[in-house]
Amino acid sequence: MEQRLVELKEITKSFGNVNALSHVTMHVNKAEIVGLIGDNGAGKSTLIKILSGVHSPDSGELWIRGKCVEGRWTVAKAHTAGIETVHQDRALAVQHTVARNIFMGREITGLFGLIRVKKQYEEAERLMREIGFTSKVFNPDSVVATLSGGERQGVAIARALYFEAELLILDEPTTALSLTETQKVYNFMLAAKEKGSSVLFISHNIFHAYDIADRFVILDRGG
Amino acid sequence: MSTTSTSLPAATPSRTQPKPFRQWVNNNRRALSALMIFVVMLTIFMILSPRVFTNPITYRSIFISLPISLFVVVPLVFIIASGEIDLSFPATAGITSWVFAAAVRDGWDPFTAVIPALLLGILVGVSVGTLVTYVGLSSLVATLGMNFLLRGIINMGTEGIAIQFPQMRELLFWQIFAGRIDNFPWIRGFPIHMLWGLLFVGLGWILFNRHKFGTHVQIVGDNPASAAEMGINVNRVKIRAYIFMGIGATLAGVLSVLVNQNWWPTTGDGLLLPALAAVFVGGTPTWGGIGTVVGSSIGVGIIASIETGIIAAGLTGYVTQFFNGLVIILSLIGQRFNGPRHR
Ligand SMILES: Nc1ncnc2c1ncn2[C@@H]1O[C@H](COP(=O)(O)OP(=O)(O)OP(=O)(O)O)[C@@H](O)[C@H]1O
Ligand SMILES: [Mg+2]
Repeated sequence: MEQRLVELKEITKSFGNVNALSHVTMHVNKAEIVGLIGDNGAGKSTLIKILSGVHSPDSGELWIRGKCVEGRWTVAKAHTAGIETVHQDRALAVQHTVARNIFMGREITGLFGLIRVKKQYEEAERLMREIGFTSKVFNPDSVVATLSGGERQGVAIARALYFEAELLILDEPTTALSLTETQKVYNFMLAAKEKGSSVLFISHNIFHAYDIADRFVILDRGG
Repeated sequence: MSTTSTSLPAATPSRTQPKPFRQWVNNNRRALSALMIFVVMLTIFMILSPRVFTNPITYRSIFISLPISLFVVVPLVFIIASGEIDLSFPATAGITSWVFAAAVRDGWDPFTAVIPALLLGILVGVSVGTLVTYVGLSSLVATLGMNFLLRGIINMGTEGIAIQFPQMRELLFWQIFAGRIDNFPWIRGFPIHMLWGLLFVGLGWILFNRHKFGTHVQIVGDNPASAAEMGINVNRVKIRAYIFMGIGATLAGVLSVLVNQNWWPTTGDGLLLPALAAVFVGGTPTWGGIGTVVGSSIGVGIIASIETGIIAAGLTGYVTQFFNGLVIILSLIGQRFNGPRHR
C-alpha cells in the first residue's frame, strides 16, 4: 500500500447555516501531486484551510503520517508538520515589506524576541534569487502594495517554498500568472515531487492541471 | 515567477540598490513629516515671540507635563496600528493612580504601591481586550463604555475627594521619577521625568519596529485574515496591545500624581483628546496596519507647544482650541502626502 501523508476522514464543516463540507474523505500520498477540483463554492478552500489549521472541522478526523490528530489542529502545528499553504487570498499584509511578509508569523528572532531584520532581508534576497523571482523594480524591502497582482502571488509562493514543505498546498496558484509563469509554478510542483514531497493544488484549469497531477479529487457541493 | 517581461533570469541580482539615505528617508517619511511640522511651528512661534521661545524656561515648563502624555501615546500607536481604538485610557490612568495614591496615603512605600496599580492596569487591559476580541464588541463603543464605567467607580468611591501629597518632594521615589536635574549646569532644573518619557519612547520604538510583538500588531492591523492564515493569534495580539495600553496608562497616572503632588478624581481626563490628536498629527494613520512611535511622540510635542505658543504670542487662552484644531487639520493635510492609503 502507498504511504499516506495526510488523510481527512468524514470531515464536516458549516458556517452558520451554510453547509460548506459534509462527510468529505480524501488523502494525499507521499510524493504525489493531487489536483482538487470542483465548482465555485464547492468547499475546496474550506477543505484546505482545515488541513492547514486555519479552520477546525465540526466533525471528522485528520490523520497525519498515519497518526490521528488529537486536540486542536493549528496553523503552527501544520507548519511544524511540514505543511505549507498558498491561500487563495495570498495571505499578505500589503502595507509591509516583502521580507516581512515572507517571515510573517515565523520571524527570525534573536535575544528577547528581537527580530533579526538584516538576516531576514538576506534570506529573502537569497530565496528570491534562487527561485528566479527578481526584478529591477522590487527587492525584499519593497512594500507589497506597490507590486502587481502576479508579483504578489509570487511572494506568497516564494514564502511557501522557503520553508521546504513536505506537503505543499496551493489554492489556485496560477490564476493571475502568465503562461510562462504558470509553467514555472508547475516546475516547482514537479521539483517538490522529485524531492519526495507532495502537492495538493486547486485549479479551475483542468486542461493544464491534467499534465502534472497524478490524481484528481473532485469536490461536488460539499460532498 | 512573475518578474517583469524584460528581466531575464540573471546570474547576478539585477535590481538597482536604492541609495541608503533615500531609502531611510522613505522608510521614515511619517516621523520626518512630524518633525518638519514641529520645526515649522516652533519657527513661527520664535518669530512671533522670540524672547519666550529662545528661553529654556519655556521648554522646561512644556517638559513638565509632556512626558505624562508620552506614556499613553506610545501604546496608543500600537492600539491604532492593530486596527482598534482606545478611549478608556483616561479613566484607566485615573483609577490606577487612585490605587497608588491611596496606598501611599495609607503609609505604603511608593515603590510597593506601584505594583497593585500596575496589576490593575493590566487587568483593565485584559478586560478591554477580551471585550474587543472574544466578545466581539466594537472597540470604539466598548472602550467608551469602559471609560465611563471606571470613572464612575472612582466617583462612587471617592465622592469627589482628592488626595494631597504636600510632602511628596521629600520621597526618594519622587526624586528619581519626577525630580529635577541639578548636577549638570547647562540643564539645571530640567525635569527628570522627561528622560523617563524619552526612555519609554525608545523602548516603544524597539518593541514596535524590531520586536515580534510590534510586527504582529502591525500585521494584524493590516489584514487580520492574512495574519490568522499565517498562524498569528489575532485575538491574543490585540489583548496584548491593550495590556500594554493599560500599563502605559498606569505609568501616566502615577506620574501625573507625582508631578502635581496631588490625585484628583478627574486625574487622566485631560489626556484623551490631546493624546489622540498627537497620535494622528504625528503621522500614525487612522486605518491601522502601520504607525510611527517616534512621529506620534513628536506629535505630543506639537500639541503641547501650541498652548504655550499662543499665550507667549500674546493671544488670549480663548483662541487655544481654535489653533489646536487648525494645527491638527493642517498637519493631517501635510501627512496626507506621505504616500497613498493602501487599504
Ligand atoms: N469564513 C466563512 N464564513 C462563512 N461562509 C464561508 C466562509 N468560508 C467559506 N464559506 C462558504 O462556504 C462555501 C464554500 O466556500 P469555499 O471558499 O470553500 O469554496 P471554493 O470551493 O473554494 O470556491 P472557489 O472556487 O470560488 O474558490 C461557500 O458557500 C462560502 O460562502
Ligand atoms: Mg476557493
